[in-house]
Amino acid sequence: MRPQDILLPTAAGLCCKPGGFHIDPVRPVDRAVITHGHSDHARAGHGAVLATQETLDMMRLRYGENFAGSTQAVAYGEEIRLGDVRVKFHPAGHVLGSAQIAVTCKDTCIVASGDYKDAPDPTCTPFELVPCDVFITEATFGLPVFRHGDAADEVKKLLASVALFPERAHLVGAYSLGKAQRVIALLRAAGYDAPIYLHGAMEKITHYYQSRGIALGELRPVMGVKKAALAGTITLAPPSATSDIWTRRFPDPVTAFASGWMRVRARARQRGVELPLVISDHADWDGLTATIAATGAGEVWVTHGQEDALVHWCRSKGLRAQPLDLVGYGDEEESEPPAAGEAEA
Amino acid sequence: MNRFAELLDRLAYEPGRNNKLRLITGYFREVGDPDRGYALAALTGALSFKHAKPALVRDLIASRTDPVLFGLSYDYVGDLSETVALMWPKGESLHNNPPPPTLSEVVTTLRTLGKTELPKQLERWLDELDETGRWALLKLVTGALRIGVSARLAKTAAAALGDKDPHEVELIWPGLAPPYTDLFGWLEGRAEKPLNRDPAPFRPVMLAHAIEDADFQSLDPVDYIAEWKWDGIRVQAVAGRDSRGHITARLYSRTGEDITQSFPDLVPALHLPGAIDGELLIVRDGRVQSFNVLQQRLNRKAVSPKLIKEFPIHLRAYDLLGDDENDLRELPFADRRAHLETFIKKLGDARIDLSPTVAFDTWDALTAARADPASAGAGEDADAVEGVMLKRRDAPYLPGRPKGQWWKWKRDPHIIDAVLMYAQRGHGKRSSYYSDYTFGVWTNGEAGDELVPVGKAYFGFTDEELLQIDRFVRRNTTEKFGPVRHVVHEPDKGLVLEVAFEGLQRSSRHKSGVAMRFPRISRLRWDKPPREADRLETLERMLKTEAA
Repeated sequence: MRPQDILLPTAAGLCCKPGGFHIDPVRPVDRAVITHGHSDHARAGHGAVLATQETLDMMRLRYGENFAGSTQAVAYGEEIRLGDVRVKFHPAGHVLGSAQIAVTCKDTCIVASGDYKDAPDPTCTPFELVPCDVFITEATFGLPVFRHGDAADEVKKLLASVALFPERAHLVGAYSLGKAQRVIALLRAAGYDAPIYLHGAMEKITHYYQSRGIALGELRPVMGVKKAALAGTITLAPPSATSDIWTRRFPDPVTAFASGWMRVRARARQRGVELPLVISDHADWDGLTATIAATGAGEVWVTHGQEDALVHWCRSKGLRAQPLDLVGYGDEEESEPPAAGEAEA
Repeated sequence: MNRFAELLDRLAYEPGRNNKLRLITGYFREVGDPDRGYALAALTGALSFKHAKPALVRDLIASRTDPVLFGLSYDYVGDLSETVALMWPKGESLHNNPPPPTLSEVVTTLRTLGKTELPKQLERWLDELDETGRWALLKLVTGALRIGVSARLAKTAAAALGDKDPHEVELIWPGLAPPYTDLFGWLEGRAEKPLNRDPAPFRPVMLAHAIEDADFQSLDPVDYIAEWKWDGIRVQAVAGRDSRGHITARLYSRTGEDITQSFPDLVPALHLPGAIDGELLIVRDGRVQSFNVLQQRLNRKAVSPKLIKEFPIHLRAYDLLGDDENDLRELPFADRRAHLETFIKKLGDARIDLSPTVAFDTWDALTAARADPASAGAGEDADAVEGVMLKRRDAPYLPGRPKGQWWKWKRDPHIIDAVLMYAQRGHGKRSSYYSDYTFGVWTNGEAGDELVPVGKAYFGFTDEELLQIDRFVRRNTTEKFGPVRHVVHEPDKGLVLEVAFEGLQRSSRHKSGVAMRFPRISRLRWDKPPREADRLETLERMLKTEAA
């Protein structure tokens, strides 16, 4: 069976005809299989939604109780039959509850990996390598200039800056689902035990992480705290808020941003970031290429991001590769972050 | 090297002047000799490595990476050093993990290394360093730090190490050399203050404020001496005796750059020890030529006998900062002027003369003189007069722009010095050349002074000047947004454009709040650092005058 008979890109998203569902559809569909809770992948308005418990909970938090006609939670490793195909969820290591979706039809296995990273993250289940025939990979950081170092070192940089400027507030821009909680967990792992302040838009999702047993220490809402009391503290906020008049409530704030984009200096300077923290929830170039090679897949489909370079690399390694023209993913990361503070990377 | 790289990295992102100072001073405090000295040298632009060229860096990366991947990456990142630093693959030869080089090791090795050995050495270092280290190394060796730190700021940070006035460091600076161990010894209270052994050192210059109509009310003509404001180039001509008693003469630009080599024909005239502040002009047959003529002599690499003959150089002196061994800067201007008159007489050289004073007893009389310099004493040189200078009789010579001491009163009120900020390619016969310029002036921003765009101009320059600006734009682009190039515009890096315009209006469409009528480039001020360009307040005052 040809792989494109199993999964095919359509305007609504990646469509599995023999299974009768779409993966991460960008338009309302009857049956959706969702990889993770970020808003560009998990949208409201589908008939039936199949996802991990965490992803379903996050969608409920964001869109309200009636975000879908019906829902079904699936655990990592659990296999489900949908039409003529078998579907199995594997950890993607991207954010809490994120999954790669292995779709098997007869003897052909395609893994749609959604967003993933192979780097350690204390706030989610580690990425699991799934051998397959066709691997669908993201390419958010699909250029060899993107090499993300150890996130713990970046957090050390942040703590060194807090020590250097004790009279200033440190404002860390971080996407509110996943990145913020990871940064907090990394700060705790580095021994920082002072209260960490949160922008209002981060509270709900962060408390959800805590309710799933992820230890984040003492967190306080920043709202209502006196300006002087914020000297020497760390506050996490959606990236859009760090360039907003909202920052006036902080004493001489140092603006940090935790993102893989911070690897490129011009990106940081364009945003007026003073303290770039290269912490990414996506695989870097080495992670992408190592993962592709390790899956043993003979064919690679490359989606959202820098497809050209990754397709070129695959072909130079003798793999069949093609860009998948899927629209609607990762857009928020490239453009100015939306006002609601919902952008994720 | 890694600690230095960390400093550069942090500075590149830090917008605030005071925070930059703290970062640099902190580095000087933490890092020992000689590394910190070489860091100071790098920040002040005192290091250059002639063999390390961008082409060499391209060759290195080409030997290690896939050209398609490099091409896509470079296109995305837009900066060669950074692209190479980011995508440099670790070498396989590094089994024993050698420690990364220190900054001193890099600097001293590069100084002695031959051209042929350079690639191998750079490659080794790139293997040993981390990403930030590689970036800093490549920025350092190719001489393009571009991190928004001026030499002055770096010296100020060094001075802060010993709670000294930066001016003191500035004064002894010409006698110092990397790695500045004597300087740091003094700053840390472990050694005597280093002497400036340079027989002909530069002295920081004194600058004038642009005068406004309102200022005259509080000024008494009796307190001031007026001179013509010459349309040339401000220079400092210094001569002194070295340890063997020989005279050394140097010509400095207003920023302290040694430009002696461009004007060898003036050197013999400087045969007495002293320091003259004056204007460099071209004088043919006793007549001062326009700035356009002078410009044809500037920025020439080779100074041919033909050039010297066709463009005879002249120094018109208006102040004397030192007379033999005596520092005159504490004296009132009137006294310095008397010293200057004697000094010029003693020099007795036709290439150096005295800038005449303009006699006046009321502001009305001066206004008349300014309106018609030819009949007020400037005679045939009137074309080279761009206004008058007012100097307080009792003003000592102070570095910088002290308030109320010196005033400049330009002839045409509708001329400002602005800084080139963005450039776009033109159309028609100018397509492919960057010929549309957005320029800005200084204003108070959230993080200190910043440039705010005040207008656009796309004519007024000659074809020759267009080529020069185009070259400048292409070599000094900091970012590209579609067809728009961001051109470097920092206090010490950038191009100052003299912009002439017919009028000024309030505008809500412009961020600056003002719009100019018929702005055009009247002159390129290669000699002027951007920090000395005009401020938005000047335009706002013009606006009020226009309204009234």
